[in-house]
Amino acid sequence: MAENIKSGGKETLLDIKGLSIHYKTEDGTVRAVNDLNFKLNKGETIGLVGETGAGKTTTALGILRLVPDPPGKIVGGEILLDGEDLVKKTEAEMRTIRGQKISMIFQDPMTSLNPVMPVRDQIAEVILLHEKVTAAEALKKAEEMLDLVGIRAERAKEYPHQFSGGMRQRVVIAIALACNPGLLIADEPTTALDVTIQAQVLELMKNLKQEFNTAMIMITHDLGIVAEICDKVAIMYAGSVVEFADKYELFKNPKHPYTIGLFNSIPDIDTDVDNLKPIKGLMPDPTDLPPGCPFHPRCDNVKPECSQKMPQNLEVSENHFVKCLLFDDRR
Amino acid sequence: MNFCLYKYIFKRLGMMVPVLLGVMLIIFFINHITPGDPAVILLGDRADIQDVENLRREMGLNDPFFVQFFRYVGNVIRLDFGTSFVPPHRTVWEEISMRFPTTMQLAALSVVFAILMGIPLGIISATKQYSIFDNIATVIGLLGVSIPNFWQGMLFIMLFSVTLGWLPAAGWSGPQTWILPAITIGTSSAAVIMRMTRSTMLEVVRQDYIRTARAKGQKESTVIYKHALKNALIPVVTVVGLQFGGLLGGAVLTETIFSIPGLGRYVVQAVNQRDYPTVLGGVLLMALAFSFVNLLVDILYAFIDPRIRSQYK
Repeated sequence: MAENIKSGGKETLLDIKGLSIHYKTEDGTVRAVNDLNFKLNKGETIGLVGETGAGKTTTALGILRLVPDPPGKIVGGEILLDGEDLVKKTEAEMRTIRGQKISMIFQDPMTSLNPVMPVRDQIAEVILLHEKVTAAEALKKAEEMLDLVGIRAERAKEYPHQFSGGMRQRVVIAIALACNPGLLIADEPTTALDVTIQAQVLELMKNLKQEFNTAMIMITHDLGIVAEICDKVAIMYAGSVVEFADKYELFKNPKHPYTIGLFNSIPDIDTDVDNLKPIKGLMPDPTDLPPGCPFHPRCDNVKPECSQKMPQNLEVSENHFVKCLLFDDRR
Repeated sequence: MNFCLYKYIFKRLGMMVPVLLGVMLIIFFINHITPGDPAVILLGDRADIQDVENLRREMGLNDPFFVQFFRYVGNVIRLDFGTSFVPPHRTVWEEISMRFPTTMQLAALSVVFAILMGIPLGIISATKQYSIFDNIATVIGLLGVSIPNFWQGMLFIMLFSVTLGWLPAAGWSGPQTWILPAITIGTSSAAVIMRMTRSTMLEVVRQDYIRTARAKGQKESTVIYKHALKNALIPVVTVVGLQFGGLLGGAVLTETIFSIPGLGRYVVQAVNQRDYPTVLGGVLLMALAFSFVNLLVDILYAFIDPRIRSQYK
């Protein structure tokens, strides 16, 4: 069922099926990602939304096979990129994919650049790795990339500490896009930035994404950003995608109780309320997930079988998937 | 940029002057309050009291403390460090310049050995944390710092000189004689450098920019040696500098065991013989050498880290 997502005529770029990533620690196994499914077409943007600790970053690192091992390990599932399973690739094969076919923008631009290397060299490094160019050509292309993200060429030889947070994130974007990857993973790229800079950086990413025709996974907990730039949305809870649909469909017609709770917890500017409406309770401890549906202790529509049966990924309407027993006809 | 660095070096050299004056004052004061009369030492226990008094006056020992002190400082500025009290009464300058090169050579060899052992072992320990290799390296490191130099030196002599007969047991007359003392002294430094490299590397490889380098598709070895190592070097360079500076003061026990004509042993001898000019000159040279090593370390910082370099503007 989940395997038969219709792609509406577009070519599928990334198809994640049943991905599970666990961290084995002394305090127990942290089940960071559990049976995660979603699918992304070429040139599309998907928003990966969830609370802190929902497994968004682990999913992203898993796609790049950069989950720190030990303690982390991909314990099951497939990550199909252009039909090839990344989980089965060797480390050497992955190195040709990282930076070239998939690249990543990290959350904190203040720490994601090497402080002892000029920014130009950091961009040239990725170009030299994946393209057949001389060092001089790579440096020249690095300066062109800097120009593209709005940093003047004469600042190319400067070091990260000489740039502001927003400028550094531009450098990180230049590194990520330098080899024109088919897939860009952006892990909360604007969370660490000032609000005014956030808008600039988002605008830049949106434009460059269109220019390079790059597909993007936008990890965020900001539904505003999702509304702004995403085509599809995957809502994550406790390491799993609980609802996955087209952006308009999901905003208009949310199904999963968690998604509904998320929308309800956004304050409305037109109505004054004394208390905000958060989802009651806390995210479960990933070393000790509740049995059955991990959301059932917080769910308003909880049924007796919710604590016993693990919900399957169900297509409730075309290209709208929900992982909830309320929609399971077989129950 | 370079001009700024020169200005900084010049400033730091200027700052050495008060440091050295302070060192001189302290040593001079300690010498002054130490029991024992240089005149008596020079003339012997059974000397005539009048002769002693005459010599004291001649040497200026009856003058007030600060008069004596500034006279000494004045002499030092003219590079006159006085004459040794002990026969054959050579000038301190002569005595020290005979011995300092040996000490410097020994210190340099030991530190080179320590760096060659410590940094690579530290890196491997960090990249393979909690592996068998890491555990073995940790135990060896602990032994390295814990084993006293003199004991290790004696074991080395027994094994490599007496039993196996591979290397000479004493002296300082060519590469063969350098090996055992350099390794003896270098072992504990290597252990300290290894532990420091390990802990800073462990911290650095968890940084976001290391993940960025991996996400570029970079080889793990390049990630470690190009991206991580340079960022981990600052604390390592600090430790190497401290070890080297310390060794320039001479390694008294090791010099004694291997009969090396170095500065440390000589100065200790001078202290026992109340040979004040030699003690003063020797300690002054050690302080100067230490200050220079510190300056060198600070300049190295600037080459390693552009953030520090930009502070020199």
